[in-house]
Amino acid sequence: MNGIPEVQHGPHIHDSSQVGRIMRLVMLALLPATLAGLALFGWPAVYLFLLTTLAAVAAEAACLRMAGKPVRPFLADGSALLTGWLLAMTLPPWAPWWVGVVGALIAIVIGKQVFGGIGQNPFNPAMVARVALLISFPLELTTWVAPTPLWSSAAPGPIEALAITFGGGQGQIDAVTSATVLGHVKTELGRGVGLEQALAGSYGLGDLFLGQVAGSLGETSALLLLLGGLLLIATRVIRWHIPLAMLGALALLAGLFHLMDPGRYADPLVHLLSGATLLGAFFIATDPASSPVTVRGQLLFGAGCGALVFVIRTWAGYPEGVAFAVLLMNALTPLIDHYLRPRIYGRDRKGAPLTYAEEETP
Amino acid sequence: MLAAILVLALLGLALGLGLGLAARFLRVEGNPLVEEVTAMMPGSQCGQCGFPGCGPAAEAMVAGKAPVTCCPPGGRALAEALAAKLGVSVDLSGMVDKPPAVAFVNEALCIGCTRCFKRCPTDAIVGAAKQIHAVVADACTGCEQCVDVCPTACLEMRPIRPTLDTWYWSRPTPGYC
Amino acid sequence: MRLFSIRGGIHPDPCKQATEGLATVSLPLPGRLYIPLQQHIGAPANPIIKIGQRVLKGQRLADSQGHISAPVHAPTSGKIKKIANYPALHPSGLTVRTILLEADGRDEAVDPTPCADPLALAPGEIARRVGEAGVVGMGGATFPSAVKLNLGNRYRLQRLVINGAECEPYLTCDDRLMQEQPAEVIDGIRIMMHALGVGEALVAIEQNKPRAIRRLREAAGIDPRVRILPVPTRYPMGSEKHLVQALTGRETPARGLTADLGVVVHNPATARAVSQAVRHGRPLIERIVTVTGGAIAQPHNLQAPIGAPIQALIDHCGGFTEAPARLLNGGPMMGQAIPDLGAPVVKGSNGVLALSRAEVQGRAQSPCIRCARCVQACPCGLLPLEMAARARKGDLDGAARYGLLDCISCGSCAYVCPAHIPLVQWFSYARGELTARQRKQHKQEEIKRLAAARGERMERQQREKREALARRKAAAGTPTVETAEEAAP
Repeated sequence: MNGIPEVQHGPHIHDSSQVGRIMRLVMLALLPATLAGLALFGWPAVYLFLLTTLAAVAAEAACLRMAGKPVRPFLADGSALLTGWLLAMTLPPWAPWWVGVVGALIAIVIGKQVFGGIGQNPFNPAMVARVALLISFPLELTTWVAPTPLWSSAAPGPIEALAITFGGGQGQIDAVTSATVLGHVKTELGRGVGLEQALAGSYGLGDLFLGQVAGSLGETSALLLLLGGLLLIATRVIRWHIPLAMLGALALLAGLFHLMDPGRYADPLVHLLSGATLLGAFFIATDPASSPVTVRGQLLFGAGCGALVFVIRTWAGYPEGVAFAVLLMNALTPLIDHYLRPRIYGRDRKGAPLTYAEEETP
Repeated sequence: MLAAILVLALLGLALGLGLGLAARFLRVEGNPLVEEVTAMMPGSQCGQCGFPGCGPAAEAMVAGKAPVTCCPPGGRALAEALAAKLGVSVDLSGMVDKPPAVAFVNEALCIGCTRCFKRCPTDAIVGAAKQIHAVVADACTGCEQCVDVCPTACLEMRPIRPTLDTWYWSRPTPGYC
Repeated sequence: MRLFSIRGGIHPDPCKQATEGLATVSLPLPGRLYIPLQQHIGAPANPIIKIGQRVLKGQRLADSQGHISAPVHAPTSGKIKKIANYPALHPSGLTVRTILLEADGRDEAVDPTPCADPLALAPGEIARRVGEAGVVGMGGATFPSAVKLNLGNRYRLQRLVINGAECEPYLTCDDRLMQEQPAEVIDGIRIMMHALGVGEALVAIEQNKPRAIRRLREAAGIDPRVRILPVPTRYPMGSEKHLVQALTGRETPARGLTADLGVVVHNPATARAVSQAVRHGRPLIERIVTVTGGAIAQPHNLQAPIGAPIQALIDHCGGFTEAPARLLNGGPMMGQAIPDLGAPVVKGSNGVLALSRAEVQGRAQSPCIRCARCVQACPCGLLPLEMAARARKGDLDGAARYGLLDCISCGSCAYVCPAHIPLVQWFSYARGELTARQRKQHKQEEIKRLAAARGERMERQQREKREALARRKAAAGTPTVETAEEAAP
């Protein structure tokens, strides 16, 4: 025209935030713990991880094409990759290949795309997949192995690992099967063995912290997960309210019960450091689309997650409760958002305009 | 087994009887929905929907014989409101809101035959026999009945232009979602 | 004095370094000036001059109409060429009735009507003179200042707040005014205090303007009634409701005015204009405009006459270095796009921004991920993601329930949105739609009334016809040919 740009609505400047950047920061925060986990569990874990993430991306591309949406922009934001990544972190590292693929399909198709794609999922997609897998394939999802680091002699080599992941080489798995801390605790308590005996000698807190225990990739190094979570808070990708509320509620309840009966109830540190607690608190419960949008809502949500984790671990049939806890609280998020709204400027809590009593100048 | 069959059969009979009695003695006379829908219509009885007036159109929509998108003056807003009221789903993507227009008399061609103002449902045309007519824009609903009857085609519809007071930003294009 | 915090808000890069250190320069008088009859909130002014008439600088060209209006004066001497519709400084591209004044270059002024001691005048008289001078809010809102100065009649007022925050990035016109003419600003403040009947004035200036703070403190001297208060640098500290909250801790009631809290807020340039109007008897015919942005060759703070075409200001600043990505009237957050370079500077124009592509950082939109950064940023405690989602679905009443009508359109939410969703445009559209629907509703009711009236009229005519017929029949006593007409509908 005559040098004048097209008329557009403000604001005409923007900060540097972008959706893709947020996803990449989350993946960066997950990277140390993931690499540590992959190193600890060896080649089968690597194959499973790659398969799960690839299947997630492929499923997203297929769904987008079927829905007639542009594929490249949505894939480029990295959200499907992240969902597959988080799912892989919660699976048994030596699970067969189809567990990862089916899980990824459930996560992306049923957990996310069916609801309208990014930002529309009422439940955390990775958790939807994990729970679906757990209920459908309980054996494969509860077969844990002790860590066999890549550098150790007992670790299967890359070719051998193919047999484990693709061939269902059960024999090799049996050789190194081990229970997770929480699983072990539950079994022992069920057998009437006291807690101190159950934990003694088998698992020290140091092991839990550094991750030398059986479990999924996300259950290993608490230290690296904590650092990753703090990175996310520092870069303002997530806010501190959900993680603090979740860990706080869990620690509080665990502490209370532990004080009442140390023989039956594990102490708070065991709860905080084992299982997928830290992964759940920083990476899973904080999924923006399925968690509340206000501060008070997030605190309530986090506290609910923490409390439910404790309840499920202690009294329910499953040794690990994070996935169920998060899904249950996800179901309450719309309700929380509806009732816990911020007070609007110039209005009181009920929405009526403010009134001031006649008074003199302060 | 026999007891179960007997019990269920009796239950079915009893409930069916109850429903029949309710349909007979507890029925609601007339359909208040029709009145409510009529109140929502523009009320100018322009006939663009094909029905003789807003009341018959409302009846047809309540009976399901006419779609909620049948009223052009009501536009998208009315179709949405009617869909919500009648509990039907409606696909509005094909519905283009006709820009509101008012009639305008081309004074050079007007012969003062008075046919148009006899037709106008809101008396928006002023004038008398053998005198040039003019349209009072504020009262014109854009129903176009005057245009239909004018023998010299001196009436035309002109879209209402936004002013600095009525202009507002258009709907943002939703990006790639 | 203790300050209070405001919720939300953002910290954009101020980007004021290009012009904050530059002294204001005068724009050379353009040959033609286009003076719109509506440069203020309220009814347009009514022209009182004729085509071809010669007018002097400062002469009244149009009278205010009604209670909420303002007159318009000639920015220089010259001849009235015409009064016609001309592009308005409005993103719609619509026109506004404008007086075209051809300058004669002599810049001859009418004799001003100064007042040696404004504080001796009655408060109502001060407001009247301010109104006669055409002074309106120069922070951009353009509300007629005389009406605001009369608020003391209806409200119990305690203090005057001068909004020197200038929180929009890029703009430095108020900063420069406070540095260069602090005495006039303080004088205007004292006159306004007298008009409002308040005993205290707080001049709020963002902390990133230390020189303005210092110069005003010097000019205010030891007067305890006029206090210069630095406020934290944060957008939207310049929103009058939030500024008052920061200073007093109290929120303006929804749908209310700051006067409900006993506070009246004015812009520093308005204060100077009041001083000019009352003490010196000169009307509002010029203002400082910051012309800046990455696409402007030599940014300046220009003292420009009202009615100068935007093109003239840009030319004086060296023109464009590149095709601007945005050309705005105002700041980058709430500024409106300029549709035509021929549109004129008006009383509320505080800035002309030509932003380069790099400064705008426009990115493609993507769907909302419900990250809630908008909720964090909103200074009014609203849920922008919910309002926008409902506006998108066409549920405008739902959006209104979530607080759409309480939104001040500051743009903080859209600034932080990682999906680059045009949130404020959704709200503008939704509010416009709601108003349009209300107007349509009123029109429909009116039409129903007219249609019913017509129906009655027809019925009455039929009735009268029948009665007339019956009377004729009764008089004649025998059936007549009219029976056939009676039978026909």
